[in-house]
Amino acid sequence: MPEAAEGEFDLRSLDDAELVEQVHDDMYNGLKAEVEEATHIFLERGWAPDKVLNDALVEGMRIVGIDFRDGILFVPEVLLAANAMKGGMAILRPLLAETGAEPIGKIVIGTVKGDIHDIGKNLVGMMLEGAGFEVVDLGINNPVEKYLAALEEHKPDFLGMSALLTTTMPYMKVVIDTLKDRNLRDRYIVLVGGAPLNEEFGKAIGADAYCRDAAIAVETAKRLLAERRAARAH
Amino acid sequence: MKAPARKLVIACGALAHEIAALREANGWSTLDVACLPPELHNRPERIAGAVREKIRELRKDYDGIFVAYADCGTRGELDKVLAEEGVERIAGAHCYEFFATPADFAALAEAEPGSFFLTDFLLRHFDRLVIGALGIDRHPELQDVYFGNYRRLVYLAQAPKPDAEAAARKVAERLGLELVVRQTGYGGLGSSLRAFAGRPGMPAWPA
Repeated sequence: MPEAAEGEFDLRSLDDAELVEQVHDDMYNGLKAEVEEATHIFLERGWAPDKVLNDALVEGMRIVGIDFRDGILFVPEVLLAANAMKGGMAILRPLLAETGAEPIGKIVIGTVKGDIHDIGKNLVGMMLEGAGFEVVDLGINNPVEKYLAALEEHKPDFLGMSALLTTTMPYMKVVIDTLKDRNLRDRYIVLVGGAPLNEEFGKAIGADAYCRDAAIAVETAKRLLAERRAARAH
Repeated sequence: MKAPARKLVIACGALAHEIAALREANGWSTLDVACLPPELHNRPERIAGAVREKIRELRKDYDGIFVAYADCGTRGELDKVLAEEGVERIAGAHCYEFFATPADFAALAEAEPGSFFLTDFLLRHFDRLVIGALGIDRHPELQDVYFGNYRRLVYLAQAPKPDAEAAARKVAERLGLELVVRQTGYGGLGSSLRAFAGRPGMPAWPA
């Protein structure tokens, strides 16, 4: 990945393709103000908000995700890139809402009871939103009652649960078992994630999928939703 | 006369100081220690492979090997490797748990989920391994991203130097957290190593 250009230059002097590449570089380098400025420029040039989102922001974050997975980038760089993406998304969000485009799916997501860690959960939420999902974020330290109330209120396709601690991850099973007890389990696709989890744990507690990172969460959500809709169509 | 069994502890570098102190205090002269870099914790997916490599490199020289790591965020990968290599480790999810003991750690976490834990090692190297490694020195705005949900700093002291509590207080003030100090001693690290050191000589891997 190239370094950010030295010195300041006018982003407006770049053509569309160059500006897209520059946004990817600026996200890689965590330059929020530059990403925000480029987002405005794309819109001024008549780009549709979803095209700016997909080609510039989501693709930029995808590149960051690959280099994080491969050990080239570390957590601080990912957080700075995410912050830059958030800046661009804040500009696009109201415009995307104006277009009236339906979200491709809806997810209620939150960190489980006893756990206050939300960095991974926030990244997943942001990437899902970038991919066109409506995200209802319950924040941290959620008891089962709060999940149930949100599921009832928002009627999502997915329930996403996150935990960073081995002491809190068993709570995911409490939530899933409660859904089963109330005959609600089949209404939702349950995704789980967090540093101490693995595939086996996800299966053991009865989740539909364990998602290792934000990019996989997006891929998995799209795949499982398509499968569920296809199954219901038959 | 048969020579005493040579034993090896493959340890996280974050425990080197504590293991050296236990070794000296207990006179474990036939117990060697090989440490892996503590920075591996920033890429926990690499710990299991690094431990396996060290076991295979050194097993020919020893009659027994023990691994001084907890799971340490390896998502069970370390246990898979150790099962294949026939080597045991300290029980627990991380060093906070085995220093404090599982019951006390669970009680501390339950009392305040927003507890950020420090050990002697992390306190000594806080600026490098926390502030530096998390990029807070270069990007102070990240401090709130990492620590915004925490409410208190729990310093689990193993063998603290006289100025350690003052240093912990400084860290707590920097992060805007309440300070709680618990004198844990070496906890599960001490008991695990004592059990390993006291065992008769045995192969470090299945024959």
